[in-house]
Amino acid sequence: MSTDAGAFMTALTLILGLDPYLLDIVALSLRVSLSAVALAALMGLPLGAALALWRFPGHAALVVALNALMGLPPVVAGLCVYLLLSRAGPLGELGLLFTPAAMVVAQVVLVMPIIAALARQQVQELHQEYHEQLASLGLSRLRMIPTLLWDARLGLVTVILAGFGRASAEVGAVMIVGGNIDGVTRVMTTAIVLETSKGNLPLALGLGIVLLGLVALINAAAYLMGEMARRRQG
Amino acid sequence: MNDMTTLPVTDVPTLEMQGVTFIHRGQRLLGPLDLQLRGCRRTLVMGPNGAGKSLLMRLAHGLLKPTAGRIHWEGSAPRQAMVFQRPVLLRRSALANLTYALAVTGTPLAQRRPLAREALKRFGLAALETRPARVLSGGEQQRLTLARAWLLKPEVLFLDEPTSALDPAAIKAVEDAVQEFHAHGTRILMSSHDLHQARRLADEVLFLNRGCLVEHSDARSFFTAPASREARAFIQGELVL
Repeated sequence: MSTDAGAFMTALTLILGLDPYLLDIVALSLRVSLSAVALAALMGLPLGAALALWRFPGHAALVVALNALMGLPPVVAGLCVYLLLSRAGPLGELGLLFTPAAMVVAQVVLVMPIIAALARQQVQELHQEYHEQLASLGLSRLRMIPTLLWDARLGLVTVILAGFGRASAEVGAVMIVGGNIDGVTRVMTTAIVLETSKGNLPLALGLGIVLLGLVALINAAAYLMGEMARRRQG
Repeated sequence: MNDMTTLPVTDVPTLEMQGVTFIHRGQRLLGPLDLQLRGCRRTLVMGPNGAGKSLLMRLAHGLLKPTAGRIHWEGSAPRQAMVFQRPVLLRRSALANLTYALAVTGTPLAQRRPLAREALKRFGLAALETRPARVLSGGEQQRLTLARAWLLKPEVLFLDEPTSALDPAAIKAVEDAVQEFHAHGTRILMSSHDLHQARRLADEVLFLNRGCLVEHSDARSFFTAPASREARAFIQGELVL
């Protein structure tokens, strides 16, 4: 048996044995990424809807900027948040650097543009279909936003998932602002980097399998949900 | 042109248009147009495609602003609703589409469901309450938009070619609904290019051609003795160019 296969078997044992060290890392990863996605959705969905409904000077520039930020390198996002939160930085007094909160902030910076930009496209399409009817009912644009977001919900689930994919997979931002501190800010991606460099392949591989499995599971659930809803809604 | 002395005039506010013009990308699509719509009548807006029928109704309803001219309701603007050629329904159940409209108009929560169910029943949709609105047939969808309009208790109802995509049974249902609205004191402004339908429904006719109001007359005189050459040709089934 090659060493890789041996590592794979050990990884499985760690997962199936519910190794506490591994579980802690997985739990923190989920806590950070889910919080970041929730916050990013809370800000990004209304922002995307607003950009779909209103035209103002600088609108085009803002849309282009948002689209560009979808490709923001995680290390750059991490660096910016690091500068903000470091002792000498403008928000240094909060003492957030190297805490899970800082990791959440960094991931929000990464995910929010994705959710806002993709939500804008979805809402804009729906608005074209709905706007005369909603205007006829006497709705202002502000009051159209919740209606449009709710009726675009099928597409927006996919948008939020894209955001979660980004958050759970990135390593650069959480590494810089979290510091990969054992038991405090160590998440799956940073642990994989560390364990691989240390040569502890079974743990790295185990974490990798869990990460893959989680992403696959969430996407499968969303796909099934979407299909069911689509069949029901026609 | 206007002869309404014999018809009842209720307290639906008069709509007045003065020099209303609509220009889009340098092209004059409507007007200048002067018009007065009085009383609780059934007005059919007729004319060939592209005559400006939909545009006129959207301007009157306030969905579009005229490029020039003035649109004015005498007194305060009445409660209005509009039914479109292609039903626009939310991605929700039939019942939820109706409770939504009630929520928008500020109906107390406890009253929404009972009122919505009553409207579904009135328009023969009671059995479809929980169905997603967008899987209903074309005729059912249009009836649902009429039920939604009914809940708004409009003083003026706009209908933009509401039957152009429907089969005869569904057309009948829509026409019955229009009559019911009118019987309950709602002014009707409806566009159609179906002459038979216009004969069945109209008290008066607005005839448009190429963005101009060619004729505004009582239905009877419009169909028996149209004043304009274009309207005569339209009624005789010729191509109006």
